[in-house]
Amino acid sequence: MADLTSNFLGISSPNPFWLASAPPTDKEYNVRRAFEAGWGGVVWKTLGMEGPPVVNVNGPRYGAIHGADRRLLGLNNIELITDRPLEVNLAEMTRVKKDYPDHALIASVMVPCEEDAWKEIIPRIAETGCDGFELNFGCPHGMAERGMGSAVGQVPEYIEMVTRWCKEATDLPVIVKLTPNITNILHPAQAAKDGGADAVSLINTINSITSVNLDAMSPEPMIDGKGTHGGYCGPAVKPIALNMVAEIARNPGTHGLPISGIGGVTTWRDAAEFMALGAGNVQVCTAAMTYGFKVVQEMISGLSQWMDEQGYNSIDEIVGRAVPNVTDWQYLNLNHVTKARISQEDCIKCGRCFAACEDTSHQAITMSEDRVFDVKDDECVACNLCVNVCPVEGCITMETIAPGAMDERTGKPVADEYANWTTHPNNPGATAAE
Amino acid sequence: MAHINRENGVAAGRLDPTQVADNFTDLHPEYDGHEALVAADRCYFCHDAPCMTACPTSIDIPLFIRQIATGTPEAAAKTILNQNILGGMCARVCPTETLCEEVCVRETAEGKPVEIGRLQRYATDTLMASNSHPFTRADKTGKSVAVIGAGPAGLSCAHRLAMLGHDVAVFEARAKGGGLNEFGIAAYKSTNDFAQRELDWLLSIGGIEIRYGQSLGDGITLNALQSDFDAVFLGMGLTAVNALGMDGEDKDNVSDAVDFIADLRQASDLTALPVGRRVVVIGGGMTAIDAGVQAKLLGAEDVTIVYRRGQEAMAASSFEQELAQQKGVTLICNATPVGVEGNGSLTGVTFAYTETQNGKLVTLDETFTLPADQLFKAIGQKLGDTPDALTLEGGKIKVDDAQRSSVSGVWAGGDCASGGDDLTVTAVAEGRDAAMDIHATLMGAS
Repeated sequence: MADLTSNFLGISSPNPFWLASAPPTDKEYNVRRAFEAGWGGVVWKTLGMEGPPVVNVNGPRYGAIHGADRRLLGLNNIELITDRPLEVNLAEMTRVKKDYPDHALIASVMVPCEEDAWKEIIPRIAETGCDGFELNFGCPHGMAERGMGSAVGQVPEYIEMVTRWCKEATDLPVIVKLTPNITNILHPAQAAKDGGADAVSLINTINSITSVNLDAMSPEPMIDGKGTHGGYCGPAVKPIALNMVAEIARNPGTHGLPISGIGGVTTWRDAAEFMALGAGNVQVCTAAMTYGFKVVQEMISGLSQWMDEQGYNSIDEIVGRAVPNVTDWQYLNLNHVTKARISQEDCIKCGRCFAACEDTSHQAITMSEDRVFDVKDDECVACNLCVNVCPVEGCITMETIAPGAMDERTGKPVADEYANWTTHPNNPGATAAE
Repeated sequence: MAHINRENGVAAGRLDPTQVADNFTDLHPEYDGHEALVAADRCYFCHDAPCMTACPTSIDIPLFIRQIATGTPEAAAKTILNQNILGGMCARVCPTETLCEEVCVRETAEGKPVEIGRLQRYATDTLMASNSHPFTRADKTGKSVAVIGAGPAGLSCAHRLAMLGHDVAVFEARAKGGGLNEFGIAAYKSTNDFAQRELDWLLSIGGIEIRYGQSLGDGITLNALQSDFDAVFLGMGLTAVNALGMDGEDKDNVSDAVDFIADLRQASDLTALPVGRRVVVIGGGMTAIDAGVQAKLLGAEDVTIVYRRGQEAMAASSFEQELAQQKGVTLICNATPVGVEGNGSLTGVTFAYTETQNGKLVTLDETFTLPADQLFKAIGQKLGDTPDALTLEGGKIKVDDAQRSSVSGVWAGGDCASGGDDLTVTAVAEGRDAAMDIHATLMGAS
C-alpha cells in the first residue's frame, strides 16, 4: 500500500490532508476530533494580537451557491480571525500538540504591519510547540479594511517585508498564504520567496457576493438589511486555485518553492490534482464544513488506492508530475486533430449535445427523426462542448485523428509533425521554423 | 386488529371507518417543496423532449420542470394549463407510465423516469391553492357556443372558448359537472373533492354557464342547439354500457362497474356503501381495475378480475395491474363468463378458459366456477343515442383532424368521438383543439 506520509517542509504528518485555517480549526475540541477522524494536520484558526479579541457579526456569516439537489458548490464567509483570547488559543494549542506529536500543527497569524507586532508574537506562539507558521495575507473581508489580510497580500513589498521579519523571529518553517484577489499571482509568490518564505499556500478566499436577497434588495448573507463582500471558497473555486498553483510551479522564478494547495479540495481526486500541479500537500475547509471531519477517510482511501493502481509509492512521486505539461496556448500543437464520437449504445437521446452544438457552436451534430445523434466530421472543430453537456459520462468522447488521415473539415490530411502558433503563417509575429 | 365483517352477501361496513379512510388516501401523495425540488433537479431539459411529444396535450414538460426548479411553480402551472386546463386532474389520473414518463430519457438511462406526473401536480396544486386563475377572457366576440357534457372534453372546450371571448352554455345530464373525473375515476386518485374544486376553479374564468340535468335527446335537439347557438360541441362521452348478453345478468347484485364507481365517488360515507364478500369483476380495462381495487379497499374478502384474453392484451396499464395485485386483487386471464349462478341472488360465476388460436379467441371446454356474491361488469362503454344526422365510425361520432363532425357547425371530442385513447388527457386535447377550430371558424378565418 502506498505511503501517504507527508513531509512538507520537514513537518511530518500521517497524510497530506490538512485542515485549513478556518472555523473548523478554531479550538481544541474541534482539532482533537479532527485528528481522531484522520486529518494529518491542521492550520489553527488565525491568531491576532493580544488584547481584546476581534468580534464577529451576530447575524449570518455564510452564504452559498448550490448545484442540483442543494449540493453545496461554493461557500462565502464574512467571519474574521479567531474571536477568542490569544492566551486561550495558545494554551489549547500547547495541549493538543503535546497529545498529537505526530500530527502537524501550524499557527496561522495576522497582526498589524509593524515589525514589533510580528516579532513579539511569533516567538510567543512558537512556545506552543507548533510545527510552523502560516502568515495570513489572504483574508479579503473585514480584516483587510484594517490593513491586514489581503491588504498586505495585495502589496508584494509588504509580503516580502513581513515575511522577512517572521523569518528573523523564528527558525520554524514560515508559509505565506496568498490572496487570489490580485491580477498576477506570481508577484506575491515571488515576494514571499524573496522574503525567505519556506513555502506559499494558496488560494485564500475570493472576494464575492454569492447572492442577492430580492425581497430586501441586499446582498446575502444579510445583516440587518445590509451585506458585504465575503470570501468565496469550495468546489467552485478549485479551477482558479489549480491555475494559480500551476503558474507558481512552472514559473522559473518560483519553481521549486513548496506549495500548500488550497481551494475546493473535496475528494481524493481533487487533492491528487493539486499535488500533480505542484502542491506538496493540500488544505481543506469547505468539504469538512459541508460533510464533517469524516470526509477525510474517503480522501485517504481514494488517494491510497489510486497511488497503488498507478504504482506510486510516496507522495513525493506525484508532486509536480503534471507541471511539465502546463504550457502556454501558443505552444499547443495545432496539428493535433480530434473529432467528437457519440456512442449510440450509451446515448439516452436527451439531445443536449444537439441543442448545444446547433444553437451555440458549429452545427456539427445531426438529429434524425428517431432521435439518433451523429457528428458531422466536416463541421466538427472538436470544441468539446457536446462532451461537457452530455449527462452520460463517457457517452461522447474525442477521437484523435491519426496523422495522414483526412480531416474532413479542412479537406487536408492530418500532419504528422508538431506545429504551433509561433510558427503559424497567420501569425504576424511568427518566427521561421528552424 | 381492525374489525372485518365476513358476512356473506353484499353488506355495508365491512371495515371500520379508520381503515376505510386509510385505504382511500391519495395514491400518489403530493410532494412537499423539498421533494419537488429534488425531483425537478433530475430533469435534463432535453432538446425537443420526448416527454413533450408523448403528451397528448403537448405540455412543455422540460420548461415547467425548470420553472419548478427555479422556484416559480406558479409559472410552471401556467405552462401546463396553457396546454391542458385540466392539468391538475391529468397529473393524478394520466397513465404517465405509458406516456411522458415511459419515454423520459432517465427511464432509458436508469429505469427511473423523472416523476413528471407528480411534478405537474405540485405545480398545479400550488397555483390552485393560491385561489388565482392565470387566464383572462379576451374581449367578447358576441358569439355563443353550446357544449354538451361537462366532462373533460366539454370543460376543456368551454374554457378555451370562454378565454377567446365567446359565451358558452354547457348542457350536463347529471346534477354535477366533471364527467368521469367526478363519477368514473377511483377515489384514491382524486381525493378531497378535487374534481369539483378543479371545476369551480376552471369556471372562475367566467363566461361559462352550466345547465344541469339537461342532455341531448332529452328535450334538447341538435337542430334547436344549432339555431340557438353559433356552434355546437359534443362531449357527452359514452353513456351506455355493454352487456354480457347471457342468462342471469339480471340477478341481484349483478351490476355495471361504472355505476359502482360512481356510487362510491358520490357516497358521503364509504362505510355505508355495501360491497360483496366475494366479488368478481369481468373486464380488462381501467374500469375493471378501479372497481376491483375499490371493492377490495371497502373490505371485500376476495376480489377477482377475470379477463377473456391474455394479460398483455389488457387495456389497463401494467402499473394499474400491479396496483390491483398489490392491493390483493386476483387477476385471472384467458377466461370468459359462461354462466351466472344462483337462484335470485348471485352465488357464483362460471367461466370457460380461452385460448388464442390463429389470431382468434377460442372458448375451450374446461370451465370453473368462482363463488361470488357480487358481480361487476366492466366490458366497455358505448355511445348512447345520438342524432341521426351524425355519421358514426367504429361506434363513435366521426370527426376529422379539427374535431369537426359530419354536420356543419358541430364539433365533437372526448370518448364519444372517433380517435383518441379514451383518456382524460386526450379528451382535454380534443376539446381544446375543437375550441380553436370553432374560434377560427366563427371569427372568419379559414
